[in-house]
Amino acid sequence: MSDNRRISFRNPADESFSTKLVLVALSLAFLAFFLFLPLVSVFVEAFREGWGTYEEALVEPDAWAAIQLTLTVAAIAVPLNLVFGLAASWAIAKFEFKGKAFLITLIDLPFSISPVISGLVYVLLFGSGSLLGPWLKSYGIEILFAVPGIVLATVFVTFPFVARELIPLMQDQGTGDEEAALSLGASGWQTFWYVTLPNIKWGLLYGVLLCNARAMGEFGAVSVVSGRIRGLTNTMPLHVEILYNEYNMVAAFAVASLLALLALVTLALKTFLELRFGAGAAGGRH
Amino acid sequence: MEVKINNIRKEFDRFAALNDVSLNIASGELIALLGPSGSGKTTLLRLIAGLDFPTAGQIFFGEEDASRHSVQERNVGFVFQHYALFRHMTVAQNIGFGLKVRPSASRPPKSEIKKRVSDLLDMVQLSGLENRYPNQLSGGQRQRVALARAMAIEPRILLLDEPFGALDAKVRKELRRWLREFHDRTGHTTVFVTHDQEEALELADRVVVMSQGKIEQVGSADDVYDRPQSPFVFSFIGESSHLPVEVKDGAVLFQGQPIGISEGADAAGDLFFRPEDVVLTDEKDALFGKVTACRRLAGTRIAEIDIANNGHDPFHVEVEVPLHAPVELGSEARFRPTRWKIFRK
Repeated sequence: MSDNRRISFRNPADESFSTKLVLVALSLAFLAFFLFLPLVSVFVEAFREGWGTYEEALVEPDAWAAIQLTLTVAAIAVPLNLVFGLAASWAIAKFEFKGKAFLITLIDLPFSISPVISGLVYVLLFGSGSLLGPWLKSYGIEILFAVPGIVLATVFVTFPFVARELIPLMQDQGTGDEEAALSLGASGWQTFWYVTLPNIKWGLLYGVLLCNARAMGEFGAVSVVSGRIRGLTNTMPLHVEILYNEYNMVAAFAVASLLALLALVTLALKTFLELRFGAGAAGGRH
Repeated sequence: MEVKINNIRKEFDRFAALNDVSLNIASGELIALLGPSGSGKTTLLRLIAGLDFPTAGQIFFGEEDASRHSVQERNVGFVFQHYALFRHMTVAQNIGFGLKVRPSASRPPKSEIKKRVSDLLDMVQLSGLENRYPNQLSGGQRQRVALARAMAIEPRILLLDEPFGALDAKVRKELRRWLREFHDRTGHTTVFVTHDQEEALELADRVVVMSQGKIEQVGSADDVYDRPQSPFVFSFIGESSHLPVEVKDGAVLFQGQPIGISEGADAAGDLFFRPEDVVLTDEKDALFGKVTACRRLAGTRIAEIDIANNGHDPFHVEVEVPLHAPVELGSEARFRPTRWKIFRK
């Protein structure tokens, strides 16, 4: 605008400066109080007695076993859910079949029921009073109060993440690109590899990140099936609670800070992906 | 490649999208499938490509029963309505895709693929854009990339779904002409789907007019415009009006009154005529009604006339009137069709 008169036209969807200020201040204050403060306090508490004590709390055998177990569980659960999520969203987005709506509802189930119930389901399935439990035990396979149970519960709780991220993305993209690839002579695998996967890779990565964050942080379902045997079936979140209940604050917060760090790295990665590849790339629909 | 479609039926959840459709396409022909949405034209195109399979019937490519083969085996070039270019690949990668995915035995070496891609880019006049991504191209350019990509696999037939549907009017006209030249140069048997009759009539050797899963008429532009074989074709192609009439002793009667035109055998039916095939007259035996609107349409002037219908909603017809002598609104106009067709009930 070359006009120098002091008439300013405002975008109709825009707000006045004071409104903006209030809104921004409000959300910042909220974030500071409910998110930032607790997060900082975790680290402050963890380092209260210095780096040496912090390090000691982490390399202590039980803590170290918990860290290893958490990483192992995530390493099994996340790839499983990656495959499941891809298969489910592929089926839902690209094909028409009966019971599709029901399948979508089922995928959401872990989001809508309490994690404690997710754990109890496996106790009922594999506990000593069940049919499966004793039968498997007779072959020397322990599910409950052992690593397999923890993996099962984690897979159950985290399986919507990848699928939920991919379904809207794949539905949005439709089947046009795949049909084009097929008409050009590509096989099913080539179509998946060269066309479908590149189209969804950022959404997929984002789903995997979220899935991983939850897999490492899951408390409720895992606490029901794990039995909390120190050094054996204790994951990081469970270990934190045990330490806390023993008034071992520094150690509890040290392990907690490591968990928080994992979450922060995940968040940073996600932000990086969004910045690098634009808002559309990382999905972000829920 | 000659294409024969024999008694094709296609059902979606018991709804018949195509019902007993047969069509012969000569080698090198440019054919338009024309119809309103829901007429089954895109379904027919997808069946020819092998992207869908018929419920009954067969499709032959030459002597070979193509309906037994998958889309990959049929080796057809398909250009999608929204192009379906691979957005993460460059123009060159898009065009070379069909060659790259061939089994190693029949896959040309990389240098050969590169040369073929560059030849195709020349052909579609997009040289220099090989490293662009689809979202850096205009609609018309994307369309031509999609065409080059389909041509790269040396298809036996070329199938285009609403090839100009997503383009603006000017680009559409240019590309239309360009496609005709392209077809004449390469000589591929080509089938394209459109709902735009102007496009179909201008571009195609023969037009297949479809409605509700059936072929209404197959013929040249002149055939379907001047000699429509069904009420649907008459009203779908070009402008037209129709009135219920009776034929008695050779005279055509409307509401029991002669209107000054004659026809062979006695019958009842619908009289169809085009706005330009009408003459204004002062004679008593004629159609007449009240002029409700008079509008300029390119090089002509069209009057809208309401003909009274015994207290029911009036019949609405459109007739062309002389450009220099507009009729007055609200006045009575008398006219007779000079060319018409009566479809018997």
